[in-house]
Amino acid sequence: MEHRFSSVQQVRDSLKDVNYLADDGIAGVAFLADRLAKPILVEGPAGTGKTQLAKSVAEMLGARLIRLQCYEGLDESKALYEWNYKKQLLRIQADKNSDSWSEVHDDIFSREFLLTRPLLEAISAPDPVVLLIDEVDRVEVETEALLLEILSEYQVSIPELGTITATQIPMVFLTSNNTRELSEALKRRCLYLHVDYPSMEREKEIVLAKVPDITENLADQVARIVRSIRQLDLKKAPSVSETLDWARTMMLLNIDSIDAQTAKETLHVLLKYQSDIAKAAKELSVGLT
Amino acid sequence: MLDLLSGFVQELRNAGLPVSLTENLDAMEAVRHIPLEDRDAFKYALGATMVKNSAHWRSFETVFEVYFSMRGPEYKIGEGTEDELEQMWREMQEQMQQQQGEGKGSSGGMDSLTPEEIAQMLMKALMNGDQGLMRALAKQSVQRFAGMEPGRPVGGTYYLYRTLRNLDLDNMLQKLMEASKQEVGGELTPLEERLEKDEYESRIDQFKKEIEAEIRRRLVADRGAEAMAKTLRKPLPEDVEFMHASRDEMQALKKSLYPLTRKLAARLARKRRHGRKGPLDFRNTVRHSLSYGGTPAEPKFKQPRPSKPELMVVADISGSVAAFARFTLMLVYAIQGQFSKVRSFVFIDGIDEVTEFFKGTDDISEAIHRVNTEADVVWVDGHSDYGHAFEVFWDKYGKDVGPKTTVLFLGDARNNYHASQAWVIKEIRSKARQVYWLNPEPKSYWNTGDSIVGEYAAHTDGAYECRNLRQLETFVEKLA
Repeated sequence: MEHRFSSVQQVRDSLKDVNYLADDGIAGVAFLADRLAKPILVEGPAGTGKTQLAKSVAEMLGARLIRLQCYEGLDESKALYEWNYKKQLLRIQADKNSDSWSEVHDDIFSREFLLTRPLLEAISAPDPVVLLIDEVDRVEVETEALLLEILSEYQVSIPELGTITATQIPMVFLTSNNTRELSEALKRRCLYLHVDYPSMEREKEIVLAKVPDITENLADQVARIVRSIRQLDLKKAPSVSETLDWARTMMLLNIDSIDAQTAKETLHVLLKYQSDIAKAAKELSVGLT
Repeated sequence: MLDLLSGFVQELRNAGLPVSLTENLDAMEAVRHIPLEDRDAFKYALGATMVKNSAHWRSFETVFEVYFSMRGPEYKIGEGTEDELEQMWREMQEQMQQQQGEGKGSSGGMDSLTPEEIAQMLMKALMNGDQGLMRALAKQSVQRFAGMEPGRPVGGTYYLYRTLRNLDLDNMLQKLMEASKQEVGGELTPLEERLEKDEYESRIDQFKKEIEAEIRRRLVADRGAEAMAKTLRKPLPEDVEFMHASRDEMQALKKSLYPLTRKLAARLARKRRHGRKGPLDFRNTVRHSLSYGGTPAEPKFKQPRPSKPELMVVADISGSVAAFARFTLMLVYAIQGQFSKVRSFVFIDGIDEVTEFFKGTDDISEAIHRVNTEADVVWVDGHSDYGHAFEVFWDKYGKDVGPKTTVLFLGDARNNYHASQAWVIKEIRSKARQVYWLNPEPKSYWNTGDSIVGEYAAHTDGAYECRNLRQLETFVEKLA
């Protein structure tokens, strides 16, 4: 099979072209996933760009993104495939007299009557696709088993029809917010990538890349204040997307240098719990001594 | 290469990381695609294939550093870079001498620097965030201050301590802050001051890490990787024992407690919702039968609403088991949604109710702090007296124990040879739904010395050993 990427550096550069700043780990794992033809399990706190990674990779490869949002109660008929019951009924009723039983029987269980759902669609697509299985930790442990076949063999077995094998192996991303431990079987089939809050320098670059017209100085300040806030013991530390919101707020308010007062007044953009806001406001206005 | 990797995997397993055979094979496959000279990429390749839990990453990193710091020329920082560092040193030194206007003449390499000069260089490096210089300085200070001798049987921490003592980094922070104040010319606003401080702290931290890495490299060179890996082996956060945790381990424990409670809460809520189905929901069934032409083909059931238990936690918070009580209280309150009511009591030789501290605050650690400072738990001398505490508990709160209540006792039952008053537990059990005892001591220590856990346990529905987070989590899940 042809490889999509030639080197880690190339992954990194092309991700940068679509405004996603990857660090060594992210680029390296994406590169490996292509070479080993394995899915990537991306784990980390909310709002650190897990979903965005899949979107950016799709954009970078010029591939279609197929997304399966997981939720409790997700089942086969919504994730893999479903028989088009109504159409099957119509087929039977359309010419009641002409066909023999066996013909109808073979006919109504053919590709024509199959409704593809995201997983099946991803492997049967003729064009390049990136499959994103979002928040996989939300499904029950039993439902995880649905994913296993497609993740390791890139195929779907349909009892009435046989096995559908992938025409081309898609890039697969699974994201998890770590609300529960995923099963060993699932983990074993994936490459693991932990995406944490970015370092200060990288966050600054992200702000510069994502917020148009922001000054270097302001981006630096934003990144530094956010880093200080993350060091506090908070219920929910600010995510990257919240940092970006905050930077945009600063731009809208025409502020080019943040002082304690402005920071305090706009903290609610960064933090979503009253107790967190109070704590951060206290910490930021009180100095060292 | 193969030998090296399998040795590495062996060590990972020894450190408690579960590495399966397929993962091992994946790793072997992965390293074929990664240029070996790129150490970081190599590390991430191994990490992505073998470490599937972010909490294990630290352990992995340590083992990796030990195994791949010295082995083979391809993992070593090339000689070229070494020279570059040396070069930078000389330049810096010359610059400094020019600035000071001292005519010292010869610049005889970095070995001839005095400790004061090193301190000055370090300050400069930290001010500018100059990574190359910081690394060189770390190397130099280890060589100079740690006093490492080959074959000496002391751990890395000893050398680390010696090096850091000589560098006096706390003082350095002060100096850096003053210097940056001078630079702006005048006072910094509190916000700026805070930011500067955080910046310098992170740089100093980085420097400390450089020193640690350098010491490790030298130790590995001296003793070999296998021996080093053994001494550096650290338990995973969930396996750390509450009673013997160091300060750093406590921090790590605290950090891993929060995601753990979130997971536990999600799991319990799910379990509650997905219990067995309730009685037939007639309305809903008829409603759905319409799409089948009036045939009730799809029966619908009511969601059952299992009653939530009431919980009373009675915890010993005397010195030896305080950490355990703290963690259990934190865990219980983090999932208090799973109980209809939670009341908590703490004792040493007196007993006090602390439920109030947890009410109206979102901040559990703040509440725990108040428990430790404000609760009135000393009766006579502040040595554990389970008997008296239980007696008072029975007098004051015994009437509140009802058939829906689960009572949880936490402690090592080391009673300082006071009377046990085990009848209280017996009485409570006859009134309560369930009574459990959690002991942070290893089971083999139970009923030795002044521990009388057996006397109490006889009257409970079960006494459990709870030495680490893993055991605690298992128990709490069972409870709810």
